[in-house]
Amino acid sequence: MAGIASGGARQSRWGPYLLVAPGVLWLLVFYVIPLITLGKTSVTVVDGPWWSGFQRAFTAYGGHFGRSVKFALLATLLGIALGYPLAYLMAFRAGRFKNLLLGLVILPFFTTFLVRTFAWKTILNDSGPAIWVLNQLHLMPPGARLLNTSIAVIGGLTYNFLPFMIMPIYVSLEKIDRRLVEAAYDLYSGPIHAFVKVILPLSLPGVFAGSLLVFIPATGDFINAELLGSPNQQMVGTVIQNQFLQVRDYPLAASISFVLMAAITVGVLLYARLLGTEELA
Amino acid sequence: MAAVIPLSRRIATRLLDVYAIMVLVYLFLPIAVIIIYSFNTPAGKFNFVWKSFSFDAWRDPFKYPPLVEAMKLSLKVASLSTLVATVFGTLMALALCRYKFKGSGLVSLLLVLPLTTPEIVLGSSLLSLFLNLNAQMGFATIVIAHIMFSVSYVALTVRARIRGFDWTLEEAAMDLGANPFRVVMKVTLPLIAPGIAAAGMLSFALSLDDFIITLFNSGSRVTYPLYVYGAQRAAYPPQINVMATAILATSLLALGLSVLWQNRTLRQAMVKG
Repeated sequence: MAGIASGGARQSRWGPYLLVAPGVLWLLVFYVIPLITLGKTSVTVVDGPWWSGFQRAFTAYGGHFGRSVKFALLATLLGIALGYPLAYLMAFRAGRFKNLLLGLVILPFFTTFLVRTFAWKTILNDSGPAIWVLNQLHLMPPGARLLNTSIAVIGGLTYNFLPFMIMPIYVSLEKIDRRLVEAAYDLYSGPIHAFVKVILPLSLPGVFAGSLLVFIPATGDFINAELLGSPNQQMVGTVIQNQFLQVRDYPLAASISFVLMAAITVGVLLYARLLGTEELA
Repeated sequence: MAAVIPLSRRIATRLLDVYAIMVLVYLFLPIAVIIIYSFNTPAGKFNFVWKSFSFDAWRDPFKYPPLVEAMKLSLKVASLSTLVATVFGTLMALALCRYKFKGSGLVSLLLVLPLTTPEIVLGSSLLSLFLNLNAQMGFATIVIAHIMFSVSYVALTVRARIRGFDWTLEEAAMDLGANPFRVVMKVTLPLIAPGIAAAGMLSFALSLDDFIITLFNSGSRVTYPLYVYGAQRAAYPPQINVMATAILATSLLALGLSVLWQNRTLRQAMVKG
């Protein structure tokens, strides 16, 4: 602790290393090493070549991978469509209600994830309120369902990760220098022009961070698919969970897990390249 | 032209308001359902379809011992993991903010990486490690896992809060003859305390809510989210909704108190400055 109090790098060469040591050690032992173990488990095949786990991951579960990516992408896009306007309102128009709105956005997520998702089941089931309303408005063919469809799963994913989209967008909008926006108006730019040329580009880092914070957990999630979908909506997380905890085919389970992480890492890097954003969080 | 734009803009902003309110309604729809259905008398085993209003579940929230046990376990895990993660994370944040040192970039990367790894990969890789070590899954492995994912959140939250602080205050205290211990207690801690409190609350909430990572590393122990997972397959009593509502109310209270406290700290800082 003397290292902190003495107030600078001059006095203590070892200070910062002592401070980070416990956390770094914890992350090395329980984050980095497990990933290495996961890699090792994936190639420890009893009968057959080392890559047979990976081969089965692609041949038997390629569809699950595709569906996970598709659902997560849709949830991310819907998250932007729902979250951006709300973040914009909070940053530019909420005035003294800003903090209240921020609180309201976060508050629902202080209830348990699983209970929240189960509540969607209550809303979307065949005798639930959503179907009733849609039937009254004649917006749905009779007998059509919401629960156990892709719509329910994508809706659930969108819902559960929405604050992770709203908060970074809000932060990036909040940081924008208001004088830039005024300058755009002074130069006779209309509201649409000012938004497209000034506000939108400056808020892209927030959209980028939000997209990652939604896409990554959504791809690996299996609760929404399990509670709100049918087996036809199963995502790759269900397979990993099932293979690890029920079937106990560890090489296969580890292979799928490993492929998921590799795919996400590659995707994130490409996305970062595409948007030219260097900072992550 | 100049007269037309304000009208169209007014309409556009009204539309934006309506849209944003609809998004807020979407956010609160399930929450309303959770609270309303805590007053339901379900017909069957599942609290799924509305039947009739009653206070039964609220009058007897601890009716199901397994649910109570699960809640107790979750609170224990959350307390312990928050305590450790908050200490580890705060120390890391201090080091990253206060010192320039070789490897600080690597430390930052190590903090961000767990956030960009899907929970299912975090959980399953930790399980592979424990399986390889032939470790007994249970309380200890749950706490280990929760500390692992909380450290990053704590460190990043505290770092964001204490960036740009005026650390010369510490030097001033030293110059005035305070010993290092007094400096930490009287200057450093009060300065960073709101940040630490926010990070601790976040860590506690994340731990209490974690399902996926816990599922992989819990052995036969059942936390509150794991109980809910089992319940949605077997029997889902309204007491679950009561607990969820209670957690929500507690969070609301904590959130309100922390906002008050922060405003007070800010005001004090402004008065002093």
